[in-house]
Amino acid sequence: MNSTPSPGLLLSRREFLTTAGALVVGFSLGAVSDLFAQRPQEGAKLPGSLASTPMLDAWIRIGADGTITVCTGKGELGQGIKTALIQIASEELGVQPAAIKPVTADTRTTPDEGYTAGSNSMKDSGTAIQNAAAQVREILIGRAADKLTVSADKLVARDGFVVTDDGRRAAFGELVGDNLTHVRAQPQSKLKDPRTYALVGKPLARVDIPAKVSGGAAYVQDLRLPGMLHARVIRPPSYGARLRDVKVADAETLPGVIKIVRDGNFLAVVAEHEFQAVVAMRALATNASWEMRNRLPDPSDIYGTLRRLPADAIVDLDLNGQAAAPARRLEASYRRPYQMHGAIGPACAIALMKDGTLTVWTHSQGVYPLRKSIAELLHLPEDRIQCVHAEGAGCYGHNGADDAAADAALIARALPDRPVRVQWMREQEHAWEPYGPAMIADVKAALDADGNVVEWTYDVWSNAHSTRPGGAGNLLPAWHLETPFTQPVPKPIPLPEGGGDRNAIPLYKFPNARVVHHFIPSMPVRVSALRALGAYANIFAIESFIDELAAAASVDPVEFRLRHLDDPRARDVIVMAASRFGWANYPAGKGRGRGFAFARYKNLGAYLALAVDIEIDRESGRVKVLRAVAAVDSGQPVNPDGIRNQIEGGIVQSASWTLYEAVSFDTNAITSTDWGSYPIARFADVPGNVDVHVIERPGAPFLGTGEAAQGPTAAALANAIANATGARLRELPLSRTRVKATIGV
Amino acid sequence: MIELNVNGRPQAVDADPATPLLYVLRDHLALNGAKFGCGLGQCGACTVMIDGKAAFSCVTPISALPGRKITTVEGLGTADNPGPLQQAFIDEQAAQCGYCIAGMIMRAQALLEANPSPTDDDIRRHMMPNLCRCGTHMRIVRAVQRAARTMKNVKNGAGVNVTTK
Ligand code: FES
Ligand code: FES
Repeated sequence: MNSTPSPGLLLSRREFLTTAGALVVGFSLGAVSDLFAQRPQEGAKLPGSLASTPMLDAWIRIGADGTITVCTGKGELGQGIKTALIQIASEELGVQPAAIKPVTADTRTTPDEGYTAGSNSMKDSGTAIQNAAAQVREILIGRAADKLTVSADKLVARDGFVVTDDGRRAAFGELVGDNLTHVRAQPQSKLKDPRTYALVGKPLARVDIPAKVSGGAAYVQDLRLPGMLHARVIRPPSYGARLRDVKVADAETLPGVIKIVRDGNFLAVVAEHEFQAVVAMRALATNASWEMRNRLPDPSDIYGTLRRLPADAIVDLDLNGQAAAPARRLEASYRRPYQMHGAIGPACAIALMKDGTLTVWTHSQGVYPLRKSIAELLHLPEDRIQCVHAEGAGCYGHNGADDAAADAALIARALPDRPVRVQWMREQEHAWEPYGPAMIADVKAALDADGNVVEWTYDVWSNAHSTRPGGAGNLLPAWHLETPFTQPVPKPIPLPEGGGDRNAIPLYKFPNARVVHHFIPSMPVRVSALRALGAYANIFAIESFIDELAAAASVDPVEFRLRHLDDPRARDVIVMAASRFGWANYPAGKGRGRGFAFARYKNLGAYLALAVDIEIDRESGRVKVLRAVAAVDSGQPVNPDGIRNQIEGGIVQSASWTLYEAVSFDTNAITSTDWGSYPIARFADVPGNVDVHVIERPGAPFLGTGEAAQGPTAAALANAIANATGARLRELPLSRTRVKATIGV
Repeated sequence: MIELNVNGRPQAVDADPATPLLYVLRDHLALNGAKFGCGLGQCGACTVMIDGKAAFSCVTPISALPGRKITTVEGLGTADNPGPLQQAFIDEQAAQCGYCIAGMIMRAQALLEANPSPTDDDIRRHMMPNLCRCGTHMRIVRAVQRAARTMKNVKNGAGVNVTTK
């Protein structure tokens, strides 16, 4: 490094605070007032999801006995959302977290907040609950002022009471009366001053963990309804196979079998006990004959196939500015294969059809859209269906959850009055879930004589990144019915969120830049939303190429990034990650490499930079991640330990995608059907150490964090491999075979 | 009827002898701890202890189990009164979705019963059969180390202060 100040120097202007063993950096309060100014409360638009569900008591309900219920349309996916929302509500209401009873996504009782996805829960639901709680508090204080005949500014809310400074008090429950909080939210709220926060910004133990470590009923898989039956679905052997014939006699007479359900190519069996259903499923599978139809492309030419498919070119960015003359041009092409969610617990759902009304317990990410889709599937009015979120195993996007709910609904319709539980088998989860799409990114750039980027051209080819059920046509079993639903032609997700082009626009200041998203509507392999969507591949490509450019310009990669960035928060995470990693004095060693990467998720969520330290075994090509150091800015942190947990997990998961994972298939069928044919990281493979440093921005808007690490981790690993071997890998995964091939062993 | 000993209690189970233990635990005995993950012995979500050793309950037929001691995560403590390993997982906040965690705890319990002072490497090697898709591995390792410390204190009569946070 030469011309820019070293990370250490910049860091010395910050103050370091240590809380509960975790490093948290507090920025000087001078910055706080600026951040207040950015709060999204100006104008008439209501904050967060209050915009779509404006009544305060849709979010916060206080009973006459003082119980406080907080409702969210989002679901707990293992990201700790329940706990974070409790923190926010209890902070503004001035009560202990234990006083709050959270209720998550349920079409009967909670607001419709669409999908729990895109790292939007804090921004949507967190913001709504924060403002609703503050407004409820002020309403209670106003009522108490009348009751106690003191002026409102002499009152505070504390532990479920509004109290005066001379010790008089009125309980929330007696103040609330009928409909007191059944009012529309105001655009402005009297939010607490972040400097006085007692709970927000402090680590809080997750409320869901005690049940999960002790065998409590924590998951949809654990629900046992009276009279519940168990079902299994017999899936076709490949996407396009047709059920020619099935002999049911053997299976029908097996112990416990109650019913075999067939509708076209949809075949299921229901039994008294779960393993009886499994045995009957196997018997049916043996006795079914399927007409195979060749439906999958040649896997060895999948990227060629994708390039040849018709695509809509969407110009995301076209910047033409003044710049110095190009002195040097570079170009490269990056590839990402199909990769799977791979939930540890296969999809599961329970459905009960009773008196013409259907109830579905599901780990779907969107109970309202699912209800609409099932209504269409069963030709039932939406108000005869209730979808209740119950936790499943971590999903990381759109996996089989909705499909299993549809399976359960179809089977329950055939067996009214008995709850039916369906759980997928491992091979069904692996073979039928919608994968993260394969992608191609071509990038070209020009450097001027001083090594600055003066031109940038980026073309990304991708399928859709969401085929979530907004109708029956996106539910897997609907394709298999006698009268099938066909999958609708998908639409791209527009920027600023983006799908295939999520994070395709670099945050760097390039005077000339063109970014084109080639959206491929036709899907040879079933795909949908996988954590971070296109951001994973786009950040992999951009941040790999940035390192290639830095090398061409003979500039340190961290410094090269800083040279091209104005955003101070972007610079801060980069400087922090580099400094905490010890970037400047990294001890280069044989087979060792360091790699760096940065992104702001969706260009509007959390900022994250990380550095990794790897070692390559020359014999096997195995990449061992020795340590990773990340810095993240999520705005006002609510539960810093929750943020660290998500980032640590994101780094490990992305390292697994990046080093090991690609869905395999032949021209007939998916061949990644278990953990043997789709290996993921195990304990020996995960980093020796991961440090996550949270930069606090008191009072700043919440920024989505859950997906922030996925892209940067991939690029940092590729950059570290290049640093260790001198060879650049541009096709994911960065497998042993590929590493070995580049080092020529 | 097959007689099983689960968490110290005799249980008569009316199921086909070929039924894997996992289904009997969940479906017949209403125990949630062991989870279905793969049914193939590849992921460890279903891990329990049989005679003190970690075992995949998804591939162990109940016919093999009369006379043997089966322990599930429910046998280690409750949410209100957690055992040392469970408490360590809470203290380290070692869960994201948590679906793998009961299996992790049972495999770790078997390790700590055989080796009360495992190194970081011992733990990683021993835990290899169990998968976590959320990437909670480093916290799991820390939780096992923490539990090893508290368990040793109990053994040495030093008293426990399990809620050290
Ligand atoms: S469920 Fe038993 S090893 Fe996966
Ligand atoms: S915590 Fe989700 S699988 Fe391990």
